[in-house]
Amino acid sequence: MQVPAYVDYERATSVEHALALLARYGPGARVLAGGHSLIPMMKLRLAQPETLIDINPLTELDYVRLDGGELRIGALTRHAGLLGSPLAGAAAPILHDAERVIADPVVRLWGTVGGSLCQADPSEDLSAAFAALKATMVIAGPGGERTVPARMFHTGPYETVVAPGELLTEIRVPVAPGGGSAYVKVGRRAGDWPVGAAGAAVRLDGNVITSAGIGLTAVGAEHFCAAEAEEALRGAPATEESFARAGRLAAEHCRPVTDQRGPADYKRHLAAELTVRALRRAADRARGPGRGA
Amino acid sequence: MSGAAGGPAGAAAERPLPAAGRKEDARFIRGRGRFLDDITLPGMLHGAILRSPLAHARIASVDTAAARAHPMVEAVITGDMLAERGLAWMPTLSADTQAVLATDKVRFQGQEVAFVVARDRYAARDALELISVEYEPLPPVTDARRALDPDAPVIRDDQPGRADNRVFDWSAGDLAATEAAFAAADVVVTQEMHYPRSHPAPLETCGAIADADPVTGRLTLWSTTQAPHAHRTLYAMITGLPEHKIRVISPDIGGGFGNKVPVYPGYLCAIAGSMLTRRPVKWTEDRSENLMSTTFARDYHMRGQIAADADGTILAVRASVLADHGAFNGAAQPSKYPAGFFHVLTGSYDLRAAYCQVTGVYTNKAPGGVAYSCSFRVTEAVYLIERLVDLLARELGADPAELRMRNLLRPEQFPYRSATGLRYDSGDYPRALRKAMQIAGYAELRAEQARRRERGELMGIGVSCFTEAVGAGPRKHMDILGLGIADGADLRVHPTGTATLSVSCQTQGQGHETTFAQIVAAELGLSPDDVDVVHGDTDRTPFGLGTYGSRSTAVSGAAAAVAARRVRERARLVAAAMLEVDPEDLEWADGAWRVRGDPEQARRIAEIAMAAHSGLELPDGVEGHLDASAVYDPPDLTFPFGAYICVTDVDPGTGEVRVRRFVAVDDCGVRINPAIVEGQIHRGLADGIGIALMQAIAFDADGNCLSGSFMDYLLPTSVECPSPELGMTVTPSPHHPLGAKGIGESATVGAPAAVVNSVMDALAPLGVRHADMPLTPAAVWRAIKGCPIRPGPIGG
Repeated sequence: MQVPAYVDYERATSVEHALALLARYGPGARVLAGGHSLIPMMKLRLAQPETLIDINPLTELDYVRLDGGELRIGALTRHAGLLGSPLAGAAAPILHDAERVIADPVVRLWGTVGGSLCQADPSEDLSAAFAALKATMVIAGPGGERTVPARMFHTGPYETVVAPGELLTEIRVPVAPGGGSAYVKVGRRAGDWPVGAAGAAVRLDGNVITSAGIGLTAVGAEHFCAAEAEEALRGAPATEESFARAGRLAAEHCRPVTDQRGPADYKRHLAAELTVRALRRAADRARGPGRGA
Repeated sequence: MSGAAGGPAGAAAERPLPAAGRKEDARFIRGRGRFLDDITLPGMLHGAILRSPLAHARIASVDTAAARAHPMVEAVITGDMLAERGLAWMPTLSADTQAVLATDKVRFQGQEVAFVVARDRYAARDALELISVEYEPLPPVTDARRALDPDAPVIRDDQPGRADNRVFDWSAGDLAATEAAFAAADVVVTQEMHYPRSHPAPLETCGAIADADPVTGRLTLWSTTQAPHAHRTLYAMITGLPEHKIRVISPDIGGGFGNKVPVYPGYLCAIAGSMLTRRPVKWTEDRSENLMSTTFARDYHMRGQIAADADGTILAVRASVLADHGAFNGAAQPSKYPAGFFHVLTGSYDLRAAYCQVTGVYTNKAPGGVAYSCSFRVTEAVYLIERLVDLLARELGADPAELRMRNLLRPEQFPYRSATGLRYDSGDYPRALRKAMQIAGYAELRAEQARRRERGELMGIGVSCFTEAVGAGPRKHMDILGLGIADGADLRVHPTGTATLSVSCQTQGQGHETTFAQIVAAELGLSPDDVDVVHGDTDRTPFGLGTYGSRSTAVSGAAAAVAARRVRERARLVAAAMLEVDPEDLEWADGAWRVRGDPEQARRIAEIAMAAHSGLELPDGVEGHLDASAVYDPPDLTFPFGAYICVTDVDPGTGEVRVRRFVAVDDCGVRINPAIVEGQIHRGLADGIGIALMQAIAFDADGNCLSGSFMDYLLPTSVECPSPELGMTVTPSPHHPLGAKGIGESATVGAPAAVVNSVMDALAPLGVRHADMPLTPAAVWRAIKGCPIRPGPIGG
């Protein structure tokens, strides 16, 4: 049995309380949400926080709703909750695609959307999905709320803009008609981290792409996205040729590394192949009736 | 599901089942099993092992002062402390030596360096961080193919006079005859292949509780072992304690698959800790420790060649193998066979000649070699021959199933002496293959494949015909550290007619309490509910070598049957006295001794047992009570076999493989408990799919183990494993008392080749001949691109 080092534990009862606890315990504190990354890291002693601040009682951060043309997802929403939300599925099917291939049912029942984003694992699926959706993160701190674009949220592997005294509270996804989105992942096994994955969110006017977002996971893409490919798609027809060009650009601009999941050249290939597949499916969905982003 | 038994009337049907299914299930399903970590003794302390972060380094110093000063720590043990007592090194099951705690060097990442004993597990773990070890890094050997280079660092410089990393050279077969057959062949196919390092990864990791009683001088060791008696003898040899003062108890075991055969340093650390503190000490390893330091399996670099006539008659096979044994040769196998039964490489075919040569080398990796349901290297041999036969079919433009059918041994050739000297007991191989092809709908599958290929889709059909070699000994040919491989059974029938069977083998989840009760019950006309099976305690069971190599039913099952038959013969004499007839006038029928010609005049075992314990006057020479013992020294190995067909679909864009169907026809001789047999097959097929597609222990160029958790060492799930389609034939073993052969490893042995053959068949239109396991999406895509991933360190 792996055993963690000594740690203090506090249970937050409100966002304000959580922020107060974070202020009191300082940088040695870590927020405990689902705990499915943090606890294993503590057991392996890769993480040794001095204090855990448990935010699981903050049920007010567990919601998925439409508000002001945005899909709003509370940071404490469980993966299973997002996967079970028909609102999310209709407004942003990419989120359901991604959630279906995140870990396994046990992890999805406990793990949270905000926890995954703050863990900021380079192989984490939702970061790319929200990058593709051009979402906005809402961060609460001692001075009130601030918002950060999803693409500015990560500052490096396992690092985000959330400061020690702050708490991610909400993710906002813009929703507009004529959109479609999708997420495609290759793993070595069900529940595995991706060898590579790609998400796409497009808006079509007829068959012309008016906007495109492409998210890439585990392939060394800056900010989890493929800006050059997105740029090339804007104004282009939603055709196999356009998708293939976008795939080539996505692959060119990522910097995958060789590891046990696969060699770099394969991951680069996946960046292209999966970008094409995600775009194809996203465009199909955009053409279909009654679809959102 | 299963086809009808094709052999002599299924003896399985004659054996009654326990009323409530598997006898073990009631406690396991209700969480009432008692595994090692469930056991707590009064005053028990907890141990933790400090392990080397480096693959190869000289130890300059070990400073334990801070750890010893921890208020919860009772003792810190180092290699030097053990060395003072002659305990720093221990023999391995392959007669090599292995460091218990390192003294001079560390030789693999994860090697045991120090042992902390503390009042709880947390403190023990905390104290590890207070130990400071000064290492002087040495260049590691991480690629077996460089281990024999003249400039390779010598890993085992603890062995006087050693100047290289060679462990052994071993060969089998007739080289001259093989060369002649190859010279005369029309077609020769050659293939390099690597069977990657894998790990048995039992759900329960290894552990021990040592209780050295300073008053009685007795040592009781609860431990996760598949071979309690062999371990006890080893502890006596290592520690110098008298063997009768050592009791090894193996409680419920949560999976073994070979991982729990060796003696591990942690067990000895627990013993040393208990002797030093005079209190019981528990040590259980965590998942990473299990994956990184306990015995691995496979890691064979093989070059195989097969020779055939132009008409497709296979003439000969040969192989040259480089075997990576890690830092210590910790393989568990009969002493005479350092490469196990790899010489079964002629497989299921009638070959004129065969030759194999195996060189074992040391590398800076965890020790081991034989584990994970491999039947002493039959896995590697079956993979080799089955891949070669497929490649030959490709070369000849022949259908792989038809080519096999043409070359399979025929039933009338049994018993069959193979070109490498093994004596196959019985088999009807063509019948098994025909049955598998019939269940699979082989012809329709090939037609579907042709249609899909026209559309550019990649569908594969893989066939594997395997011959297993299980049930070791005989004792005269097979021993481990001088202990002949045989097993004992003691059977006592109690006065009221229930019985207790004690056996030397040790179940790890495969249902011995049920199977062995059924064996005894059928021999004595009892209900299996009236027979209890005792195992896993050296004080309560007869000596024997334990459970591995699919030998429990093959050897202990035979011992149980022989003991039961002895009891039955004793019962005959008692029954004769009861009925006042001559014993010769009795016959055993319908679970009772009956008077010939007057079958109503009968006595059942329960009546006889009471009489045997009563005041009844027994004939001269007949002692009272009703019990018997047996030691079964198997006359030879038994040879289960089967034919597997695997259907896969491959995504050409990503290299992802989906196993669509798996047809498995197994013949393990007579099946005692069909459900347990099928459960073993289901498990082995999952193993095979995992090994073929995802499981591998990988290292980087510095010797860091990259597979130290279940996030990186992937076991397949139900998503990757289709519901298997099983069939069976029954060809009894002629020399086993029950006609049984063993089933524990068949599917793990036979399945990987079927999966790989299937994927290579899918990729055939793209010109791909071979790619090494694991066939991850990346490996398949690389094969398609013509630059397959090569074995060796990752990212180096």
